[in-house]
Amino acid sequence: MSDDLIQRVLKVIATSKRIPLETVTIDSEFQQLNIDSMDAVEILFALENEFDINIPDDQVRGIANVRGMCEGLEKLIAAKASGARTGH
Amino acid sequence: MRRVAITGLGAICALGRKVEDVAAALRAGCSGIRPIETVDMSPFRFTSGAEVAGYSHRPYFDDRPADFLDRFAQFAVIAAREAVADSGLTFTPELRETAAIVTGSCVGGQCTEDIGFQDVYKLGLNRVHPLTIPKTMANAGASHISMEFGITGPSFTFSTACSSAGHAIGQAFWMVRNGVTDMAIAGGSEAPFSFGILKAWEAMRVVSSDTCRPFSRERRGMILGEGAAMLVLEPMEAARARGARIHAELVGFGMSADASHITQPSAAGAARALRAALRDAAIEPQAIGYINAHGTGTLANDVTETSAIRGVFGAHTDKLAVSSTKSMHGHALGAAAALECVATVLALRDGVLPPTANFLAPDPECDLDVIPNQARCREVEWALSNSFAFGGLNAVLALRKV
Repeated sequence: MSDDLIQRVLKVIATSKRIPLETVTIDSEFQQLNIDSMDAVEILFALENEFDINIPDDQVRGIANVRGMCEGLEKLIAAKASGARTGH
Repeated sequence: MRRVAITGLGAICALGRKVEDVAAALRAGCSGIRPIETVDMSPFRFTSGAEVAGYSHRPYFDDRPADFLDRFAQFAVIAAREAVADSGLTFTPELRETAAIVTGSCVGGQCTEDIGFQDVYKLGLNRVHPLTIPKTMANAGASHISMEFGITGPSFTFSTACSSAGHAIGQAFWMVRNGVTDMAIAGGSEAPFSFGILKAWEAMRVVSSDTCRPFSRERRGMILGEGAAMLVLEPMEAARARGARIHAELVGFGMSADASHITQPSAAGAARALRAALRDAAIEPQAIGYINAHGTGTLANDVTETSAIRGVFGAHTDKLAVSSTKSMHGHALGAAAALECVATVLALRDGVLPPTANFLAPDPECDLDVIPNQARCREVEWALSNSFAFGGLNAVLALRKV
């Protein structure tokens, strides 16, 4: 996972939830950060903007921490890049 | 306090354009959820809805009068006409002056508003159609019903999201019970299939990508619906005196606010509304035989509602039949509680409890007898109809077989 991706995700979470950036780490659980279902939906919305991707609902289920979120995003970004290369 | 009879029913939704068609579909466990036709769904993560298929104003309104009514207000008038005709009531000048109209709508004339916004934002026009305001306002349904019948008594509209029609019917019930009016037309209507509103629902990530499977382990969320249902309420004694057909009796209404979260439901809040309805009806929890659940099919609602029901009914929960007819008519937002109240009336009247359709496998966190997929012949004397809205505003109606 690239450091750039992680930093961008942490920033999106902090900005969206309006909490200091230093409180969010790659090891944070959503529960620790008080991220509820509506917060999560807002963060996903902001991440779609940040990375210019579409995050399907079924990719979101069961993700409960920042690391899981970054891993999921990495896959979606890679899929988008390979789609762009092959012209899809 | 007077007893309150339901003497007229009207409904239009994905299951049919008349109450008896809706009743037949509910008995058959037949779902009205299909690919959405009125909006191009290609840029969406979901494609299904419960529309009134192929709807046109034509059989119901001439072209010029229809110009003044958004689809949601047309539905309100269509359902009110059926309910009034069904009640057999004749309007006298006195009745017109005192009759009440109480409607619910969550989003009002969204299709109209969407067109206006597209005109100014997308097409760059510098003006919108002059009827945009009167067609969009949430009270348009109540207003057009008043004009349809010349009713000049107390008329108003509730907008409490998915509980709107529950609050409307409950308030109308109290008005008849307390002698404020001798007749009320109460219910709700909704037509939320506009591009903008569907995008807003998509962003919430609560709409199912396939269908609506309340209480089922595989549930993936709600499915939006549209339509209207209206009830005619009058004092029991007056209804009996004129020999009216009484579909059922409204016996209680309970409300509460979660005061916790704008979207996440609270079992404690739902339980308070259930208890308030039982208290208002002066009945014990053990009397209830059927609950028409809020049952949206979202992960959060169905677990929370199960927990609320278990909390209120204790060991009696295992003798309760609970179903969500949203699995068939979809979630019609401000019309939902009215459609579900009609479904509950039909269940009591006909002795057939509607099923939870599209059910695949039980979820241990939703351990209720949800009448999976097949209607059940069972005579029930007392029933409840639940509505637990976004915003945490809850409404529960209590009904009795006559």
